[in-house]
Amino acid sequence: MSGLDIWMRENPLAYIWLGSYGVAFLIFAVEIAMVRHRRKITLQQVRLMREAEDEAGDES
Amino acid sequence: MAINWFKYSAPTTFYGLAGKLIPWFALSAAILFVIGLYIGFAVAPVDAQQGEFYRIIFIHVPTSILSMFLYLVMAGYAALGLVFNTRLSAMMATAIAPTGALFAFISLWTGALWGKPMWGAWWVWDARLTSELILLFLYLGFIALHASIDDPRRADRASALLAIVGSVNVPIIYFSVKWWNTLHQGSTIKFSGTSMHVAMQQAMFTVLLACWLYAIAVVLARVRSIILERERDTVWISELPEVRS
Repeated sequence: MSGLDIWMRENPLAYIWLGSYGVAFLIFAVEIAMVRHRRKITLQQVRLMREAEDEAGDES
Repeated sequence: MAINWFKYSAPTTFYGLAGKLIPWFALSAAILFVIGLYIGFAVAPVDAQQGEFYRIIFIHVPTSILSMFLYLVMAGYAALGLVFNTRLSAMMATAIAPTGALFAFISLWTGALWGKPMWGAWWVWDARLTSELILLFLYLGFIALHASIDDPRRADRASALLAIVGSVNVPIIYFSVKWWNTLHQGSTIKFSGTSMHVAMQQAMFTVLLACWLYAIAVVLARVRSIILERERDTVWISELPEVRS
């Protein structure tokens, strides 16, 4: 038996929490951060486009 | 009072509705996760055969169910977009794919963590495990195919075909434990019911609902960004308060 096998059998709840629930919630947190980041970037792009259109309209 | 559903199939009205719904879904998901995990770890008894290790079921089964269900929803939206050429359907399919892929990954990951103490192996080329891995590849294929085509409408149509064809894999995953001799245990939730302890059922169904609400919240948030990107040249987008500020 490897060291990990012995550890997981001695600490099953730590193995479950860190290995499965910890990883799952970390993935959820990363996904939420990515969705928020994408919204921020998209809004910036749309605002920049709008400002460029306004400036082009003023010049003409 | 009848609700005009067609009104909400237009990105203009759906964008605002989604923005209002996201906080409610997200808050409900967070509360249900806490309740579900409390029942799962503090109330549900230890399993006679598997000991504490069985508690992985409370995240493994909900994410597995969601990975399959989200694929069918994604394929449904993709088909709607392909047949009726509706803009929002294709956007919804595109928004669902990353969340579905993450649920498929979590399902495989937690399954591996459960398999090691029970079977003595992280992975076996079992019918259930292999078909779930194919589901993850189908999600990744959908995302990659969509990203590889510059024209969004052509990308929608090409990836929709992949989503529809790939949906045949979902019943294969579900029935794999019946059709073949597999190391994986039989379905935990059957159409005929379940033999689980009541507290285990409560924990699993609560986390399942939490995962479902979480997926809705994240997909709605993502589809709002997709709507902004695709409709950025329209007047209604330029008049949005968040764009004008």
